[in-house]
Amino acid sequence: MTRTRRRNALWAFAAAACVVATSAGADENARLVVNGEIEMVTRTAAPAHLNGALPDIRSGWTFRTTETQALQIDDFDNPGMIFVDKAMDAWNSVEGSEGKSCSACHGNPMESMKGVRAVYPKWNEAAGEVRTLVMQINDCRVKRMGAKPWKYTGADMAAMEALISVPSRGMAVNVAIDGPAAETWAKGKEIYYTRYGQLELSCANCHEQNYDNMIRADHLSQGQINGFPVYRLKNTKLNTAHARFKGCVRDTRAETFKPGSDEFIALELYVASRGNGLSVEAPSVRN
Amino acid sequence: MKLSSATLAACLIAKAAAAGGVAPQDVSFAEDGAVAVSLSGMAGDPAAGARIMTTRGKGNCIACHAVTTLADAPFHGEVGPALDGAADRWEEAQLRGIVADSKKTFEGSVMPSFYKTTGYIRPGKGYTGRAAEADPMAPLLSAQEIEDVVAYLMTLKD
Ligand code: HEC
Ligand code: HEC
Repeated sequence: MTRTRRRNALWAFAAAACVVATSAGADENARLVVNGEIEMVTRTAAPAHLNGALPDIRSGWTFRTTETQALQIDDFDNPGMIFVDKAMDAWNSVEGSEGKSCSACHGNPMESMKGVRAVYPKWNEAAGEVRTLVMQINDCRVKRMGAKPWKYTGADMAAMEALISVPSRGMAVNVAIDGPAAETWAKGKEIYYTRYGQLELSCANCHEQNYDNMIRADHLSQGQINGFPVYRLKNTKLNTAHARFKGCVRDTRAETFKPGSDEFIALELYVASRGNGLSVEAPSVRN
Repeated sequence: MKLSSATLAACLIAKAAAAGGVAPQDVSFAEDGAVAVSLSGMAGDPAAGARIMTTRGKGNCIACHAVTTLADAPFHGEVGPALDGAADRWEEAQLRGIVADSKKTFEGSVMPSFYKTTGYIRPGKGYTGRAAEADPMAPLLSAQEIEDVVAYLMTLKD
């Protein structure tokens, strides 16, 4: 790909005219410090398991325009925080047959949930499965609260995921890929490199081989999920990782997998592991 | 009347064959990936080719390639090399081969194969995310559309 990259570099000058019109020069070396206090690692050495597939790993934030980047610098400007407030209400609300709220068991999420987002998806010994944060939230709702599970990619779930992420912001993503999680991880890796659909494109074709290149009007990132759920200016809501995966697979003219499917759970673990070392950023802001 | 993609594929193939063209499964690629004869049996129309290259649901070539003479159509990508001067670098037969099935020229290329109907993993029904209904499916571009695109590429001389 280096060859293509070099040829493209030449072209970049000529393309600047049409490209810059939409992307007001993303500053990939800008530092992200949220609220003047949370220092985010938006670029760092790739984890060893990538075996040099990426020279370094970069948060999706580094690929966005200066204007979009700015929205994540202060929580007052971050539209995603509105949903975090809503989730805080849900956290404190009693629901279901057991007469319990999340806070009944977990108290203040800013204390009790610190570090949680950073290590999910995670092997659950009792259940004998790799669990995403969504699965864990629904497990609590159903088994402990006697409440209905939330839709996997729905607004309630995305907001709760964002709330649980907030106390981990600035902590390094650190999902385990060995031991009992190894099999799921390997499955996720296989999916990541499979060329799906009539366009025969894998995640790697776009996000490993072509990040930093434009594909039509989009500046391709590494497809990292350390910032998920993300608030997107395009649809003005929080978007979950599985909804994003679904959109990307659909765009290869493929039959997608379902949010919450074994395939997407495995893919989430694998993609998360590609970002081991980046900061938890959610809720982040993207275009 | 609603045509299934299977019927559609069959029609396209029948049409190509009727006009003395070549069906997707019968294309013969040379060692270097080139395809010598017109897929539709007819000449291409460069103006139609330009439209196909810039249209999302058709070739959408500019999603990945920049082409100076198509600068009026917004947003050219950088995934593939700029196509300016393509006709200086390649013979017509080679360009036809690249558009029909780029992997025959560039092993493992990211570029989609536009004249292929089988061998996909989880092929979808367009961009719906649902499963494709037909196997073989209609190729991304018809034989004549490929010829039109090739005719346009042949105008790209420095
Ligand atoms: C045809 C190209 C293409 C393919 C294939 C593709 N993506 Fe994407 N993806 C994009 C584009 C374009 C965007 C929006 C710009 C960006 O953030 O990279 C995107 C965005 C993303 C994002 C959001 C990143 C952020 O910071 O907001 C994630 C996560 C992602 N993709 C994961 C995947 C995964 C996993 C796969 C494979 C299942 C995949 N993508 C396949 C084109 C693609
Ligand atoms: C998803 C990306 C993508 C799309 C869409 C795409 N291409 Fe390509 N194309 C490439 C890449 C990448 C290469 C470089 C070959 C390689 O290394 O794989 C290439 C190479 C080429 C070449 C040879 C370029 C040269 O000058 O050496 C031509 C000609 C070409 N493409 C034409 C087209 C046409 C015409 C279309 C649409 C009908 C198209 N491409 C669609 C990615 C794409």
